[in-house]
Amino acid sequence: MSTIGYQQWAVDLAQVTSIYPFQGSEIVMTIIGVVFWLGWHKVQFNHENQQMNGASEVENTPSDTS
Amino acid sequence: MDGNLNALTTIFTEFYYWVTVVFMFMIHVGFCLYEVSASRHKNHMHTLMKNVMIIPLVTITFFLFGWWIYWTFPNFPLFGTLDLDAGQNNLPWSETMGPNLNDHITGVFWAAFLLFSWTAASIVSGSVIERIRSSAFWIHAILIGSVFWVIDAAWGWHYAGWMVRELGYHDAYASGVIHAIAGGYALGVLTVLGPRIGKFDSNGVARIIPPHNPWLLAVGIFMIYTGFWGFYAACNVPIISPALIDGQITGATWTATNIYLTPTTLSAITFNFLMSLSGGLMAAYIVSKGDAFWTFSGGLAGIITASAGNDLYHPIQALLIGAVGVICAYKLHYYVERKFKIDDAVGAVAVHGYAGVVGLIISGFVLWGVPSSPFEGYAVINPIGQLLGALIMFGLLGFLPAYLVTRVQSSLGILRIPETIELKGLDFVENQSRELAEEHLVAIEKERSVRDQTQS
Repeated sequence: MSTIGYQQWAVDLAQVTSIYPFQGSEIVMTIIGVVFWLGWHKVQFNHENQQMNGASEVENTPSDTS
Repeated sequence: MDGNLNALTTIFTEFYYWVTVVFMFMIHVGFCLYEVSASRHKNHMHTLMKNVMIIPLVTITFFLFGWWIYWTFPNFPLFGTLDLDAGQNNLPWSETMGPNLNDHITGVFWAAFLLFSWTAASIVSGSVIERIRSSAFWIHAILIGSVFWVIDAAWGWHYAGWMVRELGYHDAYASGVIHAIAGGYALGVLTVLGPRIGKFDSNGVARIIPPHNPWLLAVGIFMIYTGFWGFYAACNVPIISPALIDGQITGATWTATNIYLTPTTLSAITFNFLMSLSGGLMAAYIVSKGDAFWTFSGGLAGIITASAGNDLYHPIQALLIGAVGVICAYKLHYYVERKFKIDDAVGAVAVHGYAGVVGLIISGFVLWGVPSSPFEGYAVINPIGQLLGALIMFGLLGFLPAYLVTRVQSSLGILRIPETIELKGLDFVENQSRELAEEHLVAIEKERSVRDQTQS
């Protein structure tokens, strides 16, 4: 078993094309990539909102130095 | 790869582009240094983060769709449909978009274009510092880096692009396809975003907000110069035979070419890169009366102005064209600032946008009648084609989409940071706990000092 389809390099390289693991699942990998990308934006946007709101609240709160 | 010559050519080309990519990384490092140096202390880390995150966001989107756009859009939508056949091998799920022993070039070629994408986004980044929300900017970074500049490259920076064929558009080292579009895009964002608090006084007169660290800013721009040199090499095909070009060139003499497959040499672009840099520096020194910020930026603007035709210009022409572009960019910067109250924090619209537009227009006259392509049926380079090209780059694909998207962001309230945070500084948001602790200690010290004075 080999994830790239070759268990040894006793081959004519002219016949070799892709050498990455899990060939045939490229579309699934692309979908995962899209989800990762868009998910990052969602998480970042929420995090930034929290930071902005938190900073504004702190700024508007009278400081207690006693 | 069968045959020694074929193998050597393939490996040389692969290595050539790989080296240019590494060089071009310095452009991004330079932009980061430049941008952080131009910002005030209270915004340092936020400014740096905003620019650094261009790298992953533009990279992933350029892999997912940017690269495909370049290959499918050369005639779309005005002169044909999407070229799906050409795009087939450049889809994210294509076998050639990964380790593949039958394809030695796609990855490095993709990376060379990707580094141009980072640059386009990074140009916009500098102009909007200290008041834009990162989330809003990163949407723009993806749009300019993985969509709009790629469309303009397909139209005007591709051997089969419709602008080259129909208009005779010529832009060998990207006066328009990178710089004019990025400058126009930055202006579109700035028009809606507005100036930093305090940039203009109550009479509307612009205040100077100087870079907090001029020395680091200079180092940044020198790194951009260096990376730009790599960019020039990346814009060339290093060596190709007339038979492979399969156009009108006769004989069997191999040559380097620009992106349009018309002949040039590394020697030519080395002459002209350095001479246009020199023309820009000298003109900027005079027009700005020795201002360091403008003199160093002027060197860059000089190269950008001459870039459209630096594959063919005589070095003295490159020198003078670079100088003219800088004078125009400098004057336009202050005119637009006064007239429209545009706060371009690093002068990116001028250095990249105006210089790029001026460079395209000048090249239309200086290179009038020169063949734009080695293939039959293409228009020759001409002033009208270059002027239309400049309008398409700066206005249609740069300013317009940026303005519209920024208006939407503004109407949704997700464009600009709150005023209190802008005054306090964006790093306050990220480093709130530390800042609060420091303020607390200062307050305690003050109170103790007052108490001691009262007791004594």
